[in-house]
Amino acid sequence: MDYILQPWPWYVSGPCIAIVMYLLLYFGKTFGMSSNLRTMCAIGGAGKRVAFFNYDWQNHKWNLVVVLGAIVGGFIAHYLLSNPINMDLSEATIKDLSALGFSDVGQSLLPPELFSWDAVFSIKGISILVVGGFLVGFGTRYAGGCTSGHAITGLSSLQLPSLIAVIGFFVGGLIMIHLIFPILF
Amino acid sequence: MGKYIKFFSVGIFFGIVLVKSEAVSWYRIFEMFKFQSFHMYGIIGTAVTTGIIILLLSKNKKIKTTEGKSLRVPLKDRGFTRYMLGGIIFGLGWALSGACPGPMYILIGTGAFSILIVIAAALLGTYVYGLLKDKLPH
Repeated sequence: MDYILQPWPWYVSGPCIAIVMYLLLYFGKTFGMSSNLRTMCAIGGAGKRVAFFNYDWQNHKWNLVVVLGAIVGGFIAHYLLSNPINMDLSEATIKDLSALGFSDVGQSLLPPELFSWDAVFSIKGISILVVGGFLVGFGTRYAGGCTSGHAITGLSSLQLPSLIAVIGFFVGGLIMIHLIFPILF
Repeated sequence: MGKYIKFFSVGIFFGIVLVKSEAVSWYRIFEMFKFQSFHMYGIIGTAVTTGIIILLLSKNKKIKTTEGKSLRVPLKDRGFTRYMLGGIIFGLGWALSGACPGPMYILIGTGAFSILIVIAAALLGTYVYGLLKDKLPH
């Protein structure tokens, strides 16, 4: 039981993610979390105005059920299967984040500097969350997939488009962390 | 209803794995892009390696889906621009918000409700893509 309560090492977690991908393929579907964003737009009636959302979203309900499960899984893991979190982040990361003005680094899953309600109700705080989310939603549909669809499923099936997308993910991420973060924080 | 139970179960397992691996953590994404820990590379690397092996084995054994069809990964359309540009835009957002779509949902379960703002913005981003789709280079 103690092994479950501890954070799981990468060599356990990675293969588990591959199993998730394979199970969904085995059930005749695919592993793609960002598609749900499109489905939710379609359910919200976006198809009346934009053709991209005018499709039979009923066929994608199974994926929303995966999302519901994932939320419940997040609850179970966080509240029932975890010792109080103190992440084993690298010293260098803690030092860099402290230098950027972050405190209590790694003592919760998300930095309070960005996700606490105090932060959310500041102009800068909410701008970061909104811009970040917008870019994820826009970029993932433009690229036709996110980490699950391209990095896991696409690379596992040796598809070149997915490799290009994953390289793009990293180019974007590196620009943000190395060039834009020093300006933002 | 019954047919959805398996998807619900897979979702629960997925949520547990991503929380227990800390892949849902903003800090881990920052650390990854700083190349300061092997953790995230280990997760993605072993996921892909295991995925390649399972898919090869599955192909070899001619495993069928539960619907009786041959198990195949849908092929992505050929192209470069959309994957590179879309990928970069996604990466910028991933590093800033620390969450890709899977973790966004999972974080709701951990009680981090401010992530709902990120999800709402991601829905807006998806909608705007749909709006501009025909004007963008693909």
